[in-house]
Amino acid sequence: MRYVPHTPEDIQEMLAVIGVKDISELFGTIPEHLQMDRVLDLPEPLPECMLNYRLEELSARNSDSTRIATFTGAGIYNHYVPAAVGQMLLRSEFYTAYTPYQPEVSQGTLQSVFEYQTMIARLLGMEVSNASLYDGSTAVAEAVGMALRIHRNKRPKVLLADSVHPEYRAVARTYLTHPDDTLQAVKMGPDGRLDQADLSAQLSGDVAALIVQSPNFYGLVEDLAALREETAAHGILLVVAFSEALSYAMLQPPGAFDADIVVGEGQSFGMPVSYGGPLLGIMATRKKFVRALPGRLVGKTIDRNGNDAFVVTLATREQHIRREKATSNICTNEGLCALSAALYLTLLGNSGLQKLATVNHHASRYLANQLASIPGVNLPYLETPWFNEFVVELPLPTATVMPRMVESGIVPGVAVERFLPEATHLMLVACTELTSRESIDKYVSLLGKVVA
Amino acid sequence: MDVPKYLKYSKDHEWANYDDDDGVVVVGITDYAQEKIGDITYVELPEEGDETEKGAGFAEIEHHKGVEEVYAPATGRVFEANASLQEAPDLVNQDPFDEGWLVKIEPTDLSELDDMMSAADYEEYVKGLREDKD
Repeated sequence: MRYVPHTPEDIQEMLAVIGVKDISELFGTIPEHLQMDRVLDLPEPLPECMLNYRLEELSARNSDSTRIATFTGAGIYNHYVPAAVGQMLLRSEFYTAYTPYQPEVSQGTLQSVFEYQTMIARLLGMEVSNASLYDGSTAVAEAVGMALRIHRNKRPKVLLADSVHPEYRAVARTYLTHPDDTLQAVKMGPDGRLDQADLSAQLSGDVAALIVQSPNFYGLVEDLAALREETAAHGILLVVAFSEALSYAMLQPPGAFDADIVVGEGQSFGMPVSYGGPLLGIMATRKKFVRALPGRLVGKTIDRNGNDAFVVTLATREQHIRREKATSNICTNEGLCALSAALYLTLLGNSGLQKLATVNHHASRYLANQLASIPGVNLPYLETPWFNEFVVELPLPTATVMPRMVESGIVPGVAVERFLPEATHLMLVACTELTSRESIDKYVSLLGKVVA
Repeated sequence: MDVPKYLKYSKDHEWANYDDDDGVVVVGITDYAQEKIGDITYVELPEEGDETEKGAGFAEIEHHKGVEEVYAPATGRVFEANASLQEAPDLVNQDPFDEGWLVKIEPTDLSELDDMMSAADYEEYVKGLREDKD
């Protein structure tokens, strides 16, 4: 699509049709004191060559994970993206964020989405995956709505574990009309996981679902078998969220614990760590809940000549078909990001993904063990299983320690204080396959000096 | 087109039959409706005990081209939903007036059925619709 701006004549013609003299009349409903009566305070325009120079100059002031060793995670993980992923995405047949509105003419796009769905369903051990959502946080919010729908709005409450990513919880609240009436928090126990006693006290026939994240925000693997048993006894749906999709290449997938809905972030599968995304929302469920599933699904069928053909199925639940009865206002998907994930998973294969997960886990275990030996540094949940991320408690505030490490070329993690203001000494530390042994050793000796 | 004489009909092509013995109104869609809709792939029904309101949607019929709403002919409570449609939604196509029934409603006010059409009136009504098309 080309960008063709309106000419002054076009604008006059349109205004005449709708009976308006001047464009400013269209903004009449905005109170005058909120209207800005000056030009934006921006620098003067530059010629193209000067603009490039200026942008390069600004860009050089940034750092990134190729120039500085980073141990940040907290929902976004620094994994290697094979060059073939980017190359395939650039193909013009694929290069759009959307599945087309006349989808069946784009069989290649539909096939790639179908393969994405298949691989995601297998990875999570679930029966059905949709064609993707925006990101992990919106996927969690959609799971809340879906759980309420499955119970036909007869159960008004959803239990949301405090150990779920704080941003996911915030987005779930934003989606709801009455978040305080719908969402009930489940506390975190001393082992960094959901507190089962607090959960038991809240289970009732009013509860539609329990939402728990595993590995949770603190990197810890929740006891899904126990949670399934508890929730099943009350007819409560078990919703498992995640932010590190790679963990399921090593851990038992949520489907193995009979989860009802699985939602999370797919950035680890072929998407770069980039401020503002784009990210990939993953959502999978049981076949019997497919009509409550938001978004779209691609199915495989046979055309009249007996050849394989791909179609958009269950689109009748989407808002562009039936707005008032739609399962969600989500009507699109992250097509290009889903394609990245499909390519990434294809390139790695089953055994490659497993090996990669093992490398991630071992790197984090090596770092954790070293950090635990530094006097004053505490790893509060060392006894709880984790994947590639863990919590470190520092003897000094993270606000003191972290800038000093960054100065020396190590971004040591993410300050939990950013999400929970009272957690001034806690830091989330993640390792991936891109974490080198040298950077870990440097990290350990540097932190030892900073906290000494 | 089949239009059984003993049933009552709505403009939205639902039929209703008050069953004296059980005190319930049996509701389904007409032969004309199922033929218009074509192959039915899924029927979403309310659960026993759910409340219905005259004129409000209570069930959904999914087919290849979209989803149709089914409106309740009477206010009341769902006594029973046709469980066989879960596995065999095409019963609505094959036998809309008998095995393809949708729900049985315990009505709060039976006189709500009074404004429904007789079989003869419904036949006229459908004939009118067909002529409008031509």
